[in-house]
Amino acid sequence: MKTIAYENIVTAVEGLCLTAAYDLPGEVGTALAQALGNEDSSLARAVLKQCMENARLAAEERTPICQDTGFAVYFVELGQEVRIEGGLLADAVREGTARGYQTGYLRASIVEEPLYGRKNTGDNTPPVVHLSLVGGEALRITLAPKGAGSENASAFRIFKPSDGEDAVADFVVETVVGAGGNPCPPTIIGIGIGGTFETAALLSKKALVRPLNTSHHNPRYAALERAILERINASGVGPQGLGGSTTALAVHIETFPCHMASLPVAVNINCHAARHATVVL
Amino acid sequence: MHIDREISPPFDASTVRTLRAGDLVALSGVVYTARDAAHKRLCELIERREPPPIDLRGQVIYFTGPSPAKPGRVIGSAGPTTSSRMDAYSPTVIRETGLRGMIGKGNRGKPVIEAMRRYGCVYFAATGGAGALIAKTILKADIMCYEDLGPEAIYRLEVKELPLVVAIDCHGNNVYSPAVLGL
Repeated sequence: MKTIAYENIVTAVEGLCLTAAYDLPGEVGTALAQALGNEDSSLARAVLKQCMENARLAAEERTPICQDTGFAVYFVELGQEVRIEGGLLADAVREGTARGYQTGYLRASIVEEPLYGRKNTGDNTPPVVHLSLVGGEALRITLAPKGAGSENASAFRIFKPSDGEDAVADFVVETVVGAGGNPCPPTIIGIGIGGTFETAALLSKKALVRPLNTSHHNPRYAALERAILERINASGVGPQGLGGSTTALAVHIETFPCHMASLPVAVNINCHAARHATVVL
Repeated sequence: MHIDREISPPFDASTVRTLRAGDLVALSGVVYTARDAAHKRLCELIERREPPPIDLRGQVIYFTGPSPAKPGRVIGSAGPTTSSRMDAYSPTVIRETGLRGMIGKGNRGKPVIEAMRRYGCVYFAATGGAGALIAKTILKADIMCYEDLGPEAIYRLEVKELPLVVAIDCHGNNVYSPAVLGL
C-alpha cells in the first residue's frame, strides 16, 4: 500500500497546467517541421513557420501557446494499492486546476451553466476527470487541455454494421474537411470506434493523447489510419484552411468491442497546439 | 517572413478596395477586440438605436479573447478565435458602424461576405494557435468597455506588424481552399 498526500496531488496538477499550456510536446514540433518540408504554397509555409516560431516563443517566455488554454480534461489512472490521505482525489484535481490557471495566468474559459447564465467561473473549474482504476501503486495523471475551436468540430454517428469501413472513413473525412480552417489545422484526428455512445466519444478523445507516430496494434486498423490520413491530406484544406497538403499531422483510431447490432463512431479533433502533459506520483 | 504590404487603420473605402485575397500584410496601428458576448451587446445597442461605446468608423475588430497579462507584460497569449461565431452579428455591425476590417480565423458565411461587398469591409485571417507570437506584436492594451466580460471585454490594442492574410476581400474573392468553400 502506498500513501499519497492530497497536497502533493494539488501541486502536481498545478504543474501539469503550466507545462501543458507553455510547452508544446516535442513530437508535435517535429511533425510541424516535417509538414513544412512537404508544403509548396507560400501561405501554407508562412502559417507553419508561425506555428513553429509560436511554440518556441511560448516555451521561452512562458506565454500560453494559445490564448484558449482550454477545458482541463484529465485522464487519471489510480493504482488500487494507492491510498489518498487528506482529502478527495476529485477535490485535489479541481484545486490544482484552479491554482494552475491562476498562477500561470492562463485564461479561465468555463461558464457555470451551458444555456442561460453562461457566467465565467473565474478559475477554469470544474475540470473534466476520467478516472480508471488500475493495478499497482502509482497515480498517473494526464492533462489534455482542450480548446473550443477544435472541440466544436467533433462529430458522432452510429452506423449499421453493414456500412463497413468505407462509410466510417467517409464520415471522418467529411467531418474534417467540413470543419475547414476552424479547428486550426494541421490537426490531429482522434477516432473512437465501437463500444457504446459514450465509450466511442471517450475513445476518440483518448486517441488524441496517444504519442504521434504510433499505430493501432491491429494492422487492419493501422492501415485504415493511414488511408484516412492520406485522404484528409489530399483534400487540400491545408494549414488554417488556406490550402496545402497538410491538413492533419496524424490519425489515431482507438477501438472497443461493440454490440452486434451497432457500429458507433466518434471523431474528436485536436488543433496543431496539441497540448498534453503527464505526471506519475 | 515574406510580406506583400504594410497597412495601418483606420481605412477608407478606397484603401479597402485595393486589398486582395491572398495578400500577406503586416498591420500596424489600432485594432479593437470583440468576441461573441461583446458583439451581442453591440447589436443590442444598435437595435435600440443607441450609439456604440466606441466609434468603429474605418476601424478593425479583432476576434480574440486574450489570456491574462503576466506582471510586466502588455498582454497574455492573443490569437484569433473562430470567426463564424460572429457571423450572426457582423452584417449588422458592418452596416451600422462603418467597420472596415475584421481579423479572425476560418471562413465566413454568405451574409457577412455580402455585407463586406456592399459596405466595403475586408476580412483578415490571423494564424490560429499562434497566440504567443501575436502577443509579441501588441505594444499596448487598454480595456475600453464591458470589463465585466473578462476575456471577452473590448480592448483597444496598439499593434506593430501583426502578420495577416487577406482571406476575403471586399470584391468577394476568397482565399480559403476550394475544399473549405465546398467547390
